[in-house]
Amino acid sequence: MSNPPDQSIYYVPHNSWYPIGAALGIFCLVVGLGTLLNDLKAGTEPSHLLVYTGAIVLAVVLFVWFAKVVEENQQGLANAQLKRSYIWGMSWFIFSEVMFFAAFFGALFYARNLAVAWLGGEGAKAFTGEYLWPEFEAVWPVVNNPDPSVFENPGASMASPGIMNWGSYLPFWNTVILLTSSVTVHFAHTAIKAEARTKFVAWLAITVALAGVFLFLQVEEYVEAYQELGLTLSSGIYGSTFFLLTGFHGFHVTLGAFILLMQLVRASRGHFKAHDCFGFEAASWYWHFVDVVWAGLFIFVYVM
Amino acid sequence: MSDIILAGQDLDHDHDAHHEVVPDRGIARWLLTTNHKDIGTLYLWFSFIMLLIGGTMALVIRTELFEPGLQFIEPAFFNQMTTNHGLIMVFGAIMPAFVGLANWLVPMMVGAPDMALPRMNNLSFWILPLAFGLLISTLFMEGGGPNFGWTFYAPLSTTYAPDTVTYFILGIHMMGASSIMGSINIIATILNMRAPGMTLMKMPLFVWTWLITAYLLLAVMPVLAGLVTMMLFDIHFGTSFFNAAGGGDPVMFQHIFWFFGHPEVYIMILPAFGIISQIIPTFARKPLFGYDSMVYATASIAFLSFTVWAHHMFTVGMPLAGQLFFMYATLLIAVPTGVKVFNWVSTMWRGAMTFETPMLFAIAFVVLFTIGGFSGLMLAIAPADYQYHDTYFVVAHFHYVLVPGSLFSILAAVYYWLPKWCGRMYDESLGKLHFWLSFVGVNVTFFPQHFSGLAGMPRRIPDYALQFADFNMVSSIGAYVFGFSQLLFLYVVIKAIKSGEPATDRVWEGAHGLEWTLPSPAPYHTFTHPPRVTEIEAHS
Repeated sequence: MSNPPDQSIYYVPHNSWYPIGAALGIFCLVVGLGTLLNDLKAGTEPSHLLVYTGAIVLAVVLFVWFAKVVEENQQGLANAQLKRSYIWGMSWFIFSEVMFFAAFFGALFYARNLAVAWLGGEGAKAFTGEYLWPEFEAVWPVVNNPDPSVFENPGASMASPGIMNWGSYLPFWNTVILLTSSVTVHFAHTAIKAEARTKFVAWLAITVALAGVFLFLQVEEYVEAYQELGLTLSSGIYGSTFFLLTGFHGFHVTLGAFILLMQLVRASRGHFKAHDCFGFEAASWYWHFVDVVWAGLFIFVYVM
Repeated sequence: MSDIILAGQDLDHDHDAHHEVVPDRGIARWLLTTNHKDIGTLYLWFSFIMLLIGGTMALVIRTELFEPGLQFIEPAFFNQMTTNHGLIMVFGAIMPAFVGLANWLVPMMVGAPDMALPRMNNLSFWILPLAFGLLISTLFMEGGGPNFGWTFYAPLSTTYAPDTVTYFILGIHMMGASSIMGSINIIATILNMRAPGMTLMKMPLFVWTWLITAYLLLAVMPVLAGLVTMMLFDIHFGTSFFNAAGGGDPVMFQHIFWFFGHPEVYIMILPAFGIISQIIPTFARKPLFGYDSMVYATASIAFLSFTVWAHHMFTVGMPLAGQLFFMYATLLIAVPTGVKVFNWVSTMWRGAMTFETPMLFAIAFVVLFTIGGFSGLMLAIAPADYQYHDTYFVVAHFHYVLVPGSLFSILAAVYYWLPKWCGRMYDESLGKLHFWLSFVGVNVTFFPQHFSGLAGMPRRIPDYALQFADFNMVSSIGAYVFGFSQLLFLYVVIKAIKSGEPATDRVWEGAHGLEWTLPSPAPYHTFTHPPRVTEIEAHS
């Protein structure tokens, strides 16, 4: 059995406990999360046990699962066709993530261009405005909510202060950082393609560091929004769209940075070759995707 | 479909005789399996159990509606029944059944050893029973289960929802994750695992329709995930996406929901089109008429499905331009659908037809699905829809496309491929009996609902005005006939598996395609080495 595996055979693992383990982990996590949220809402003593159990089980299973895939690749079990399956899989997973953000962008456009305008009495909806909240004026960002007694007005919005003032505008610097990190991860890619390992590891490490800076600045921004501007999740539609879009983006940045970090660990252990670096490539695609979403966010949430 | 054979008959057994992999014994086989046939079987049994649970809920509904007045259940529980019946049938019965068929058939039809990502395939399945376990368990929790209709419009599902809505939202997330992983797997399998010579335009139509369906799923399941996420935040974190007091809009919920929801109804019918396009040529003993136009029509329907969503909400207070756009776009879908019906009928035209059970279900599909399509055209006409909206006419319409449409195609598929799966034939007389009971039952149940709807009976009510009494009683009787005849189906399937006559490899005289070149039952692993597919007959 010491012969190299037959490259014409598509490797199909016989059976595996990883999927059922992951499914149970997800189930635990989901039930725990639902119970936790309901307890918090009802004001009863919340229990975190199930959430932690589920998260740990899921994390462990995913770690072992990915490690196994890496190991199988090193054993030569993954032939060229199987690697193409991974490429298709990752590409269309990213497409599904694009559609996830599309739902939030769609909500932003609808609320901003239609719902808010109609609440202000635009066009055929004159009586909507007159009947519901006659005081409400349709301007974006909405800093005066239709009914401030239900949804407290934010003190200010995060909108761009004009291009001349971007020097002191945090989201602008975050844009610079994230765009730069897309370039550095590309340099890492060209480096591994040239088998320049040291450069590869260095550029990858710089990318991860930039991701860390981005996340740090975003936390700063959120702290400022909550503590100084009074802009929260519950400050009406502006706060809702702002925090959901930037928040889920931040979550995806965290995930992407973690994936890149794992690739960095692998790289420092000598994994990856010019012709065999899909784990890294998938991570870098994901990183470019996260970057493009941020470009959309910067334009539509902050600037326009 | 072009006719294909294998060059050389070196199908399976010569290469891997020395490491023949056999399935594990007992429960471990089903929990740990990575085999597409095992996972297909799991999906199919799961969806059948869901069909029985969802069907029981339908019978609870029909029992309450047997006579006017409230007699058996509380209105609050009635709402939970309509909601969960819809959710379970859509996400638990129809969709997983198609995924199960894809698992069993796509690798065999394209000459692949298995699905492209076998372990993820197992994960896609096992998430589902857990998600539905969670959903169904909410019925027994304090405050009751989801009661806001399967379309879960805000603010019914946010401001006024029972606490269990949180589990509902997370359950939807799980089902969505399952669907996304499943469709990625199907796409990778079809695009990357085809045997040499199996070009795209030689693929069986079932494979084509599933490829397009998988893209629809990938495009809209994440939108559904985004939607329920916004609900979750509105409920638990104080956002105001669907609350006008904060500048949001409950109508926005409907737009996003139906942006998911309309492609979703094609997700539930496109694989059915594929199945029917496999079955009719077999029993008409003629190649499918207009293979290429079938592919293009399927793609057109999928594309158009993204441009018609607001026809579900004509009465919501939309601008006139919006109503006109969505009306005309919807009417346009009748064109590619008409192409399909024309092609099926033309395939049968002057064919040497026989009427085995799969063919009966397929012909019933063509006729009854077309009736459902026509009532869809009536609903698509915006001014007329003001009369039909939210009446039993809508209920009749979508049950005609989903029950004698999607469900009949699944039943047809099971009868058609069961001999290949288990190596044994079903009992033809019992199969035909099952067909006729289903056919009569389904029409007696749903045809009268057109009339009660046109006369103004609203949907989703536990009680109704006296003038609707007769039609409702007829409808309930039909529902019992249809519901209980599915137990006969269960018996026919089990009888075939246990003691059916051995099936031949080709099974049906007129069957074409790679799966029929395999032994019956299909061995645990097939096409470990890809077969070479050559063309012996051009399209005729």
